[in-house]
Amino acid sequence: MNDLSMHILDIVQNSISAGATLVTLTVDESPAEDLLTIAVGDNGRGMTPEQVSRLADPFFTSRTTRRVGMGIPLLMDSARQSGGDVRIESEPGKGTEVTAVFGYSNIDRPPLGDVANALMLLVSSNPDQDFLFTYRYDGEEFLFNTADVRDVFGKDALRNLTIIRNLEKMIKDNMREIRNC
Amino acid sequence: MSKIKSLDELRQMKARLESEMDIREKSNNPDKLVQIRVAMATCGIAAGARAVMNSIIERVEREKLPVIVTQGGCMGYCYAEPTIEVKRPGEDPVVFGHVNADKAMEIIDKYVLHGELVDGILPVNYQTIQEKI
Repeated sequence: MNDLSMHILDIVQNSISAGATLVTLTVDESPAEDLLTIAVGDNGRGMTPEQVSRLADPFFTSRTTRRVGMGIPLLMDSARQSGGDVRIESEPGKGTEVTAVFGYSNIDRPPLGDVANALMLLVSSNPDQDFLFTYRYDGEEFLFNTADVRDVFGKDALRNLTIIRNLEKMIKDNMREIRNC
Repeated sequence: MSKIKSLDELRQMKARLESEMDIREKSNNPDKLVQIRVAMATCGIAAGARAVMNSIIERVEREKLPVIVTQGGCMGYCYAEPTIEVKRPGEDPVVFGHVNADKAMEIIDKYVLHGELVDGILPVNYQTIQEKI
């Protein structure tokens, strides 16, 4: 994984596979505290404590097409190499929250990458799911909610690639604006 | 920065986009559209599936092609990632392996638009070694 936005693409897929109808993605950059936090929450089917305890094991996976599952172990590696860690809270029937913390200025922290693009790829592939994205930079905040998009543009808005492209640009501009103020 | 601002921006965007938007409702007749599924599990992402998906989406949007692009999971073809599955209406799906942005354009030009097969098709009877035992 070259950057953290690729981990986001990967981890959110887990939520979709778990049948989530709502995915919350929070990216919190805090140079002041020297932390970067990425949290992915969902209302999918959740996991038992036994399943959660085995997530760090690359040879554990719930899928049947292959016998390895590297998504979470790779994320843990990225987090730990920069002095952070990954926390996973899950409850069967309720959902799962994966929180990865990174040392912001650590030389081994991968770059954040293009979060807006990762988010919109996920949104356009899953136009019936709801995504709530929060971006923070030293306390400044930008919120993006796919429910708002449907309210303004109609229920099939997220199937329209022209809208998707413009939303991606809007999110990118807002993230840049927050980062610069 | 608040949610309100983002809503305002959405409304402004709507006014601006109304003229250039593709008004055909893709969801009304999904059976008549070509479906392209880009495998985006850990293996696919690590191998570059995201660049492939971005280039396909850009082309489909620019030329208003009758195509739906979605993400798929791992189909067990990790060795051949990035892979894309193309399903033309009324036909069996075909999976292409080792796809990059250029290869994706070739697949669109030949197979998606004209049904002409190109190199790089993964055999449907492929089995992992575990399945064979």
